[in-house]
Amino acid sequence: MHNNGHSVSYLDYKGKHSGIFAWILSTDHKRIDLLYLMASLLFFAVGVTFGFLMRLELIAPGKTIMDAQTYNSFFTLHGIIMIFLFVIPGLPAVFGNFFLPILIGAKDVAFPRINLLSWWLYILGALLAVISVFLPGGPADTGWTFYIPYSIRSTTNVMPALMAAFILGFSSILTGLNFIVTIHRMRAPGMTFFRMPLFAWSLYATAWVQILATPIIGITLLLVSIERAFGVGLFDPALGGDPVLYQHLFWIYSHPAVYIMILPAMGVISEIIPVFSHRTIFGYKFIAFSSLAIALFGSMVWAHHMFTVGMSETAQIIFSLLTFLVAIPSAIKIFNWVATLYKGSISTDAPLLYALGFIFLFSIGGFTGLIQGALSVNMHIHDTSFIVAHFHYVMFGGTGFGIFAAMHYWFPKMFGKMYNMKTAKTGFWFLFVGFNTLYFPMFVMGWLGMPRRYYDYLPEFHIYHLVSTIGSWILIVGLIIMFTNFYKALRSKTSYTAINPWGGETLEWTIQNKPSLENFEVIPTITAGPYEYKDNEENLMKEDS
Amino acid sequence: MSSIAEHTVEHIHRDDVGSRLGMWLFLFTELVLFGGMFLVYAVYRFTYPHEFHVAAKELNTSVGALNTIILLTSSLTIVLSIIAIRKNNKFLSVFFQIFTMVLAFGFLINKYFEWNIKIHHGIFPGSEILLAKGNGEILFFGLYYVMTGLHALHVGIGMLLIEVMTGLTIKGRINSTNYVRLEAAGLYWHLVDIIWIFLFPLFYLIT
Repeated sequence: MHNNGHSVSYLDYKGKHSGIFAWILSTDHKRIDLLYLMASLLFFAVGVTFGFLMRLELIAPGKTIMDAQTYNSFFTLHGIIMIFLFVIPGLPAVFGNFFLPILIGAKDVAFPRINLLSWWLYILGALLAVISVFLPGGPADTGWTFYIPYSIRSTTNVMPALMAAFILGFSSILTGLNFIVTIHRMRAPGMTFFRMPLFAWSLYATAWVQILATPIIGITLLLVSIERAFGVGLFDPALGGDPVLYQHLFWIYSHPAVYIMILPAMGVISEIIPVFSHRTIFGYKFIAFSSLAIALFGSMVWAHHMFTVGMSETAQIIFSLLTFLVAIPSAIKIFNWVATLYKGSISTDAPLLYALGFIFLFSIGGFTGLIQGALSVNMHIHDTSFIVAHFHYVMFGGTGFGIFAAMHYWFPKMFGKMYNMKTAKTGFWFLFVGFNTLYFPMFVMGWLGMPRRYYDYLPEFHIYHLVSTIGSWILIVGLIIMFTNFYKALRSKTSYTAINPWGGETLEWTIQNKPSLENFEVIPTITAGPYEYKDNEENLMKEDS
Repeated sequence: MSSIAEHTVEHIHRDDVGSRLGMWLFLFTELVLFGGMFLVYAVYRFTYPHEFHVAAKELNTSVGALNTIILLTSSLTIVLSIIAIRKNNKFLSVFFQIFTMVLAFGFLINKYFEWNIKIHHGIFPGSEILLAKGNGEILFFGLYYVMTGLHALHVGIGMLLIEVMTGLTIKGRINSTNYVRLEAAGLYWHLVDIIWIFLFPLFYLIT
């Protein structure tokens, strides 16, 4: 039934182009995945560098290594790069591209050429972002939120940054569109919706958010560009425009966007937990539908970013209530994961450690989100480093750790190599400890009143900033350990041939490592759900009795 | 390992239903994109009802009506071109596609003169004459230029798309058994049409 390494892997396949063109003109979803992976990791490194330098600046009050204007540019670039170039494409475009077709038993995505186009748009957007740094005028200093009226007054290169975000949004839309059609049209015979692995479900929910929300940020950023170029006045209070309307339009996209970032990570965790506890996932349908519920509720809570702008009290109460409601589907997932682990036969390999790290950090991020969703508390901690900590717990502790988990989980399948497990675990602990040391003090000082995005601070906040900066060093050591480990594995001569190292039951573990161009020699026919463990305890007990 | 060189798989995958689904999803994103602007319009119309009323009187309803008729006719001709190719009448299909492009071009010329006259009268973003008016009127004309401008851009893209389709039809790559691309272009053209159907009353008729 399965080929045993007889087919040419996607890495060695010779198509009609050669050299680098065999990659950048390839329409194979697996090659496009690697293009995305390399590009997004490159930008991750850049974003980390900006973050590291900002933390270094904040190690002591007053000027340490950069001036205030540079600091403003740094947090803007850090935000734009991390959000638009790393976290948003990080799971859907990278791992979704590689594994969505395989997980549903397809040979490729529905529109391979559009898939390649979306990578090229991604690169074009990234180049614009890079260009904005080096053009005269200096990099944008508005923050990634481009709030009006400052973004139409700032003399820095806001325009290329806006265009970059616009084009990256378009790239994201095309990926989402591709995935929806792929899931609807390309499932293998017998692969019903409820036999799809949960990662595919989460990508499906994500794709809908990408399609529904991203055009709004597109038009909004376009309007800001037009505003800068022609002074039309649509958001300019001097001409009757309303800056708060801009904020609404911005968050109508940008709040659902955080679900674009987190949902696929939740999908990865839903894949990893059952495999490493060797149990059928608990509450499959609830996890599947909670993704859709998060996508739905998440699209209706945007104004909780704007409780202090002077909305009506009714609006505030409604948005606050809806914000609390989002916690329900998220909690359903957490409970189901924990229930899956319960009485499982757990192997604590690196992918599971990262998945557990995700659950721990995401829970803290989620709960602090509820704290901010409460109207009275929000007044107190609005625009403080509390929100910075919350956001990083969710986006880095959540999605970031989800991406790392996915890397460790699927690495042998993608490259036919295996990393050193012990080093991988060491890397995890450095990352985990470093992460908490870096971001937890931000909760405390935010609560005490440290504003976010500030270049300087009062002496009483010094200790928290110092601890936080030390945390950033530990975190970076962890990152270095992790990536060196991957690099060594890639360079090693010994190839790894076990096609199912973790005992997974989904389709990717039935095909050869480094899959062939068409993934499956014969499209499989699916007869059972995705997590039917032969050796799960219920069956064992039946056999015993 | 088998020889690498011989490994050339024909990678042909055709799924017309999937293609149509993809196109509909794309059109949906376009609707949401314009939806953002309609939202902005609605908010400012609500804030400045009187000034919008005054400003709208300055637009020429007959020019707008003429453009509406042109676009509606072009929607008909693109449908006729699809019907023609289904019935394997290549000549008629190409004829109707070119006819559609001529109508689209007519729309753009009309739009050009309309804008030109406005600009000639000193009504354009940032002009002294416009800035001397009330905020509501500034916003009305700002929206007028932005929304009809973005729509005109879509008319241009639609024209290009149909032109590519005409080329494919002449080459025979769009034919009576494989016309899903022409259908997709037609759908796009209807989108351009339907957005105008909403722009026309909002700017020209409600005064």
